[in-house]
Amino acid sequence: MNIIDSMLCKGCDICISVCPKDVYAKSKEVNSKDVYVPYPANQEACVKCGLCEISCPDQALYVDREVE
Amino acid sequence: MVEERFVLGNEACALGAIAAGCRFFAGYPITPSTEIAENMSVLLPKNGGSFVQMEDEIASAGAIIGASWSGVKSMTATSGPGISLMQENIGYGVITETPIVIINVQRGSPSTGQPTMSSQSDMMQARWGSHGDYETIALSPSSVQEFFDFTIKAFNLAEEYRVPVLVMSDEVVGHMREKLIIPDSVDIVKRVRPELEEGEQYLPYDAPENGVTPMPAFGDGFNVHVTGLTHDKRGYPDTNDAETHTDLVERLCDKILKNKDKICSYKEEFCDDAEIVVVSYGSPYRSVLTAVKEAREEGIKVGSLKIDTPWPFPDEEISKLAENATDFIMPEMNLGQMVHELERVAGKDANVHLIGKIGGVLHTPEEILEKIKEVASKKED
Amino acid sequence: MAVKENPYKKYLREDRLPHIFCPGCGNGIVMNAFFKGLEGSDVDFDNVSMVSGIGCSSRIPGYVKCDSLHTTHGRALSFATGLKVGNPNQDVVVFTGDGDAASIGGNHLIHAARRNIDLTVICINNNIYGMTGGQISPTSPKGSFGTTAPYGSRDVPFDLASLVTAAGASYVARWTTAHPMQLAKAITKGLENKGFSFIEAVSQCPTYYGRKNKLKTPVLGMDYLKANSVTKRRSEKMSEEELIGKIIVGEFANRPHKELCDNEEDLVNENYDGGLAIKSAFWEEF
Repeated sequence: MNIIDSMLCKGCDICISVCPKDVYAKSKEVNSKDVYVPYPANQEACVKCGLCEISCPDQALYVDREVE
Repeated sequence: MVEERFVLGNEACALGAIAAGCRFFAGYPITPSTEIAENMSVLLPKNGGSFVQMEDEIASAGAIIGASWSGVKSMTATSGPGISLMQENIGYGVITETPIVIINVQRGSPSTGQPTMSSQSDMMQARWGSHGDYETIALSPSSVQEFFDFTIKAFNLAEEYRVPVLVMSDEVVGHMREKLIIPDSVDIVKRVRPELEEGEQYLPYDAPENGVTPMPAFGDGFNVHVTGLTHDKRGYPDTNDAETHTDLVERLCDKILKNKDKICSYKEEFCDDAEIVVVSYGSPYRSVLTAVKEAREEGIKVGSLKIDTPWPFPDEEISKLAENATDFIMPEMNLGQMVHELERVAGKDANVHLIGKIGGVLHTPEEILEKIKEVASKKED
Repeated sequence: MAVKENPYKKYLREDRLPHIFCPGCGNGIVMNAFFKGLEGSDVDFDNVSMVSGIGCSSRIPGYVKCDSLHTTHGRALSFATGLKVGNPNQDVVVFTGDGDAASIGGNHLIHAARRNIDLTVICINNNIYGMTGGQISPTSPKGSFGTTAPYGSRDVPFDLASLVTAAGASYVARWTTAHPMQLAKAITKGLENKGFSFIEAVSQCPTYYGRKNKLKTPVLGMDYLKANSVTKRRSEKMSEEELIGKIIVGEFANRPHKELCDNEEDLVNENYDGGLAIKSAFWEEF
């Protein structure tokens, strides 16, 4: 499961936008900074390209590459 | 073997820098300091060092700070407009506690002024030139030999207190040729790396009692963050906390103020019974001694206090002299700068007289003698 | 089991996170691209020292677990010159911005490029002064708005990659935050080039540039960068008119030639047997 660190996320939504497979969506829950932290709503579509990781300005996003 | 040479003051400065361990010089041509850069460009490659002619004086001051953090003793030299351009980075050197040496061969000013003539009109700029509260160390040589000796001393003070040190020379000393004695070896203060206990967190700005923290070089593995912003003991920016700022700036000042007795250097001659004391620094001292000796022959109880370190100003010594002396005379190649310090310290107990002279020509012994006589005759009245 | 965290976080001083950058600021993306570029290169992270000037992008080195020098406005390259010449064994990386590098530090930029000193300069160009609140910069596009250009900028902006190429740098490339993989690749090449390497990373500033120029969200800013980028090769077939408002991306120069520190070292070896006096401030005697 890809993880978004809610302590670091500032809610810019860049991950939602750059993902070629539309893996991420905005959650309805806010973190301590009143930010709606995205979550991998469509995890199974993830092709582990890493674009979201490198595009996350806050080093908050982790792509799970382990084979289940 | 001790070597004797007949050299230009600016060359003596370069030789002193090499003897002190300076292995990086960055500079920009400007009269009357250029010969220092020229000599360093010859000497450095022969001693394992590097010389870079920078695009301007701002870059020169920046480059020597960078070189200092690489672990190499570094220096620049300039005059007039050049020293004005360096002021911001001097302040950076102060807050980051970077040992560097800056030579200022003073010339007639303000602005472009008199490039080939002498002056001492940057003395207050040496003290307050960069923005902010800070204390500074400045040395003023009065001879070619002193230009050599004081340059070495400047490097040692810079390392000992982790501060930028200014050598406030002037065109007279820079462009004069005299005998220089180069000793076999010179005393050097070397840099000392921090020592950490196993598992101890490195706090680059957690200063011991004397206010001076050990300094690593970049690449030593300490991962130090150096910033011109107000920083905490870890070196991290902390710009909105009054206490952090106060602690930092007070420590930067205290490490000079509280060690003043070790930093201040001066020479007293004929002062034991002196009722009149001629206080000088740098070139004017050359005329002072002749004048004092002649006045002594005429029976005037006059002495000389020659200050090697105008900054920090030797308050205690002057207060001591003021117990006996009724008059102080200060010849300066400006319209009155260090005389304000003299006034501050001795003004309550004695009369302070300035012999301010600008235009680029040094005071003659006669001018100083005349003032001594004038002051002595008023005392009799 | 590996730690389940962002792969670039391990390079950062964790006790300083989250960093001060606004939500969606491109600085973090360029920082990631730098780490990715570093991983792809022959440069060892433990051998990296960083230098910066003043501005948002210049805050980056302070977050990285390495020796870093956060200097005065515009002067990072002067400090970096001393740091590198003093000990050429270090890999010195400079982070700077458009105001820092091209305005107040413009002279240092062209001279460092002329000397071809072995530095890797990453210039985050967001076309505005962010730290001071949105004033126009020397790279602000003609017609763009800033707090000091309330009627739109009338000046012609600098083309930084071309400027540095003309000044003599041996490696120059430009990409944007919308091209992080290509940016990382260019940074790898820049790190491996022994000479002056300049990588311009055009970036979004949602808070100031975006707010003033109808690109309010980070996503809008990045979409704009992507939509208006033209590769170097394609741009050569386009007219000047067609190129108005376009960002030319790609490699501008890749022409290795002898760099400053090598010349300095040669000079020492020709005149002295002891080699360079590296870290000599710690020596007992000379």
